[in-house]
Amino acid sequence: MSKFFTSSIGRKYAMALSALFLMFFLLQHFAINILSVFSPNAFNEASHFMGTFWVIQYVMQPILIFGVMYHFIMGFILEIKNRNARVVKYAKNNGSANSSWMSRNMIYSGLAILGFLVLHFIDFWIPEINTKYIQGDMSGLLVDGEGYRYYEELTHKFVNPLRVGAYVLAFVFLSLHLMHGFSSAFQSSGVSSMRKEKLQAFGKAYAIIIPLGFILIALFHHFNH
Amino acid sequence: MNLTLKIWRQKDSKTKGQMVDYKVTDISEHMSFLEMMDVLNEQLINAGEEPVAFDHDCREGICGMCSMYINGEAHGPDRGVTTCQLHMRMFKDGDTITIEPFRAKAFPVIKDLVVDRSSFDRIQHAGGYISVNTSGNTQDANATPISKHDADEAMDAATCIGCGACVATCKNSSAMLFVGAKVSQYALLPQGQVEATDRVKNMVAQMDLEGFGNCSNTGACEIECPKGISLENIARMNRELLKATFKS
Repeated sequence: MSKFFTSSIGRKYAMALSALFLMFFLLQHFAINILSVFSPNAFNEASHFMGTFWVIQYVMQPILIFGVMYHFIMGFILEIKNRNARVVKYAKNNGSANSSWMSRNMIYSGLAILGFLVLHFIDFWIPEINTKYIQGDMSGLLVDGEGYRYYEELTHKFVNPLRVGAYVLAFVFLSLHLMHGFSSAFQSSGVSSMRKEKLQAFGKAYAIIIPLGFILIALFHHFNH
Repeated sequence: MNLTLKIWRQKDSKTKGQMVDYKVTDISEHMSFLEMMDVLNEQLINAGEEPVAFDHDCREGICGMCSMYINGEAHGPDRGVTTCQLHMRMFKDGDTITIEPFRAKAFPVIKDLVVDRSSFDRIQHAGGYISVNTSGNTQDANATPISKHDADEAMDAATCIGCGACVATCKNSSAMLFVGAKVSQYALLPQGQVEATDRVKNMVAQMDLEGFGNCSNTGACEIECPKGISLENIARMNRELLKATFKS
């Protein structure tokens, strides 16, 4: 089994599995974020549940962190290996004749997403860890104790137009990454072409709807603050 | 038609190569690309220069010998053809055509446009065969029932001529379409089941050993393959390897 995971195909499976997990996480994240548009209370309740329920915090969160790190690190390792597999480059290469821009530039859309994640961690994850596990405040309440803090924190972050701009740009890159990544994950997992056409259509819809949804949520809070 | 050719010239595997410009005149649009190269070489020989070395054999799209990366595409701009079947009518008078060897670390240049594709042979040796008693007691192949669907899929995979266009085209120099086709043509047939587990494991291990890159599913190989080998063969190889790993 260890040979399998160090083989080129084993790595494809691992990249695909981590991608599928991340896409599921993204869907779940979107489902909670969209609540903030319709009901601040529901968003607060859901956020508090996610932030305090032990299964999420101590089981799913470490898996997520491992999944994110594995996907990025293995992505970079494979990119380096792939570049080394062609020492002398072509003087003329017509890549657009046979493949999509998204499929050829996953490393760049991935790097843009990594840049966004750094910003996202600084904005939300690090302050959250600091509040809960360093300061020991698991209440989820505002400083004045009047209700939960999650909705306030979210809307506060989307005041700065530069941050909103960065979020929008990052989600455009995420959409481009998913345009290829979704169907690619299933192809790597060995899914038969008979099921592939429907999956590709679903993948395209996912790659547009979810990032667009995140963009609209950011813009909604920016213009309604 | 009159053309300008930018061709990769490299004396041998150890010498550094470079692009060199040539002019060819009065090329008929009915010529194949290799015939155009023959005209150039005659011109070079008459001028006392070294002709351009390039691979070719059957010149009817079967042997998989001709290669060349023409204007940024393996076997040139046409679809479903090898370089020997590429006609000059695909180009226009006055065009500049860039001609390079198939490039991959696992396909080192031997001379000019000729590359060493023996890495494909070694992958085949690792498992691209079946064990059949050929001592005179061979069973009639028709005695083994095979579904039409499986027979067709196996035949489609078996049309791979091992030219290496998939590797040359792939941005990662991955050989997975070739290996996927070779694994699939046996995996789909009852005769291939005896060595199925070892075959896929050994062929994939040899592929990795040869220094090919990793498939990232761009699909470029499928588009440029002169035999139209489908990406489905890569998905099948992935399934076969997973199955083989669990079996052993």
